[in-house]
Amino acid sequence: MLRGLWKLTWIEIKVFLREPLGAFGTIGMPVLIFVLLGRAVDRKFGAPSLAASGLSGAALPVLAALLISVSAVLSLVTIISIYREGGILKRLRATPLRPQTILAAHVIVKLLLTAATLVLMFLAGKRYFPPGAHVPWLSFTLALLISTWSILSVGFLVASIVPTARFAQPIGAVIFYPMIAFSGLFVRISVLPLTLRTVARVLPMTYAVRLLEGIWNGDGWPAHLNDVAALTVSFLVFTALSAKVFRWE
Amino acid sequence: MCSAGLTTKLWPRGSGHMIYTPHQVQFICDLKKTMHPVIEVSGVRKAYGKTIAVAEASFEVHQGEIFGLIGPNGAGKTTTMECIEGIRKPDCGTIAVLGLDPFRQVYKLQERIGVQLQQAQLQKRIKVWEAVDLWVSLYGKKAVDGERLLEQLGLKDKRSAWFMSLSGGQKQRLFIALALINDPEVVFLDELTTGLDPQSRHAIWDLVRAIRERGKTVFLTTHLMEEAERLCDRVAIMEHGRIIDIDTPENLIRRHCPERTVLLETNDPAAGDHFQTIPGVESVTCAEMRFTIRGRGDELVTEVIHCLSENRIRVTDFRTVLPNLENVFLKLTGRSIRE
Repeated sequence: MLRGLWKLTWIEIKVFLREPLGAFGTIGMPVLIFVLLGRAVDRKFGAPSLAASGLSGAALPVLAALLISVSAVLSLVTIISIYREGGILKRLRATPLRPQTILAAHVIVKLLLTAATLVLMFLAGKRYFPPGAHVPWLSFTLALLISTWSILSVGFLVASIVPTARFAQPIGAVIFYPMIAFSGLFVRISVLPLTLRTVARVLPMTYAVRLLEGIWNGDGWPAHLNDVAALTVSFLVFTALSAKVFRWE
Repeated sequence: MCSAGLTTKLWPRGSGHMIYTPHQVQFICDLKKTMHPVIEVSGVRKAYGKTIAVAEASFEVHQGEIFGLIGPNGAGKTTTMECIEGIRKPDCGTIAVLGLDPFRQVYKLQERIGVQLQQAQLQKRIKVWEAVDLWVSLYGKKAVDGERLLEQLGLKDKRSAWFMSLSGGQKQRLFIALALINDPEVVFLDELTTGLDPQSRHAIWDLVRAIRERGKTVFLTTHLMEEAERLCDRVAIMEHGRIIDIDTPENLIRRHCPERTVLLETNDPAAGDHFQTIPGVESVTCAEMRFTIRGRGDELVTEVIHCLSENRIRVTDFRTVLPNLENVFLKLTGRSIRE
């Protein structure tokens, strides 16, 4: 059933890397923002105490992680809409390639991209963390991959409704960046107005923030099973929704 | 069921007028009866909202022939073809391709057919060999040798080139390669040569003929009448979502446009009177010793030549104007296909 998945995934990775601007925008921007923010905080509070800074210890890495995630999702929205407009999706569909294989290949590419960007960010941000500080790299990466996987499903929904490839990136940005704003990262959800609170509860971003914050602060996985469950549910719901409205051409 | 190669030789087609003995004719008739058509379309209709793309389409495509669906842009050709390929679901009517229901058994069908879509694209930066490699991996049965296919289609030098760097003709040849990669029994080609220069067009016609020579069935759409006339064994003329006639190009021309015109130049003063007496002639006009003789029937040209030699009329120029599919289309629809 998943015939051609690995070949397609590999080709999509190569094709992505051959587009210098796209690759830089997606991988470079979040890292750059992280480094700049890290510097600003660094200058204000002085090394070695990011953890003691005004931003809660986890805020900066979580924000950076979310930026990585959103960046991957925007890249997916853009690529899917370009592929649709160019007739590439239709051409691929007129082969024994199953639609789910095509989408799975893109999800895998985006998850690999997320992991790679995160590693780059860790490397670039090393000096902003106190030496010897305990950072749960592996768990944090896993938490980000689960979060991204869930947010990607919202990306599919957006990719299903954007009218043309030209608007994909701006529309996606307008939808996804504000999501970070009311995900509980900057403002606690309990102080948001009721409507926004409801929106926040439905969107995976909120649970992603809770999960990432918790893991960064050293919580074990059992404490966040409910967040993982919420991310899984929202993945299923948004995937089902986008399967309903997705257009191949 | 006879072998495909045999069918290819037996089916009358193209310019050559083959002559069969009565025994052979009987054999061909029997073959036609026992052979199941490769594509059967019956009563297909498809609308997009209020726009009716296909109002009624019914036809059959036989094994080993090049079948062309012709008509102007927007006639419903692509929609009909995409219903047959299983990409679209018709609103009503039935379709069978190789005995399969294209919509319900689309994956089974896609293993056995090859498809080239109108205005398709690939990833801009995919390399030619990567596309071929991907396609090879998609089919369950043993695919053909991709490298050899690229060589046959003259793309060997371009195997490491990005898709976006290929010319229109090269892209089209790559899409033909991809359509042939699974050694399909039926090949679908949609507006294959649109936008290509005449040289690439002729090269691609040769490729399509080569596909038929290997016993495959080819189903194509085109709005180029010359392409249909030169390439297709049989054509279906489509307009406003309906098929208005189906036959070989020769038969369509014979049926709908029996007119023949001979243009000749002579300074024999008595010529005009002689021409009037030729059987089948409907009008003779003359301007500055240039005669235009109009009539109908295959015999007209022979009769004119006969008249010239019998009356020892010396001519300095002699041309015949034969109707083509373009004229047939004009006659059937009352408008030119280019409008």
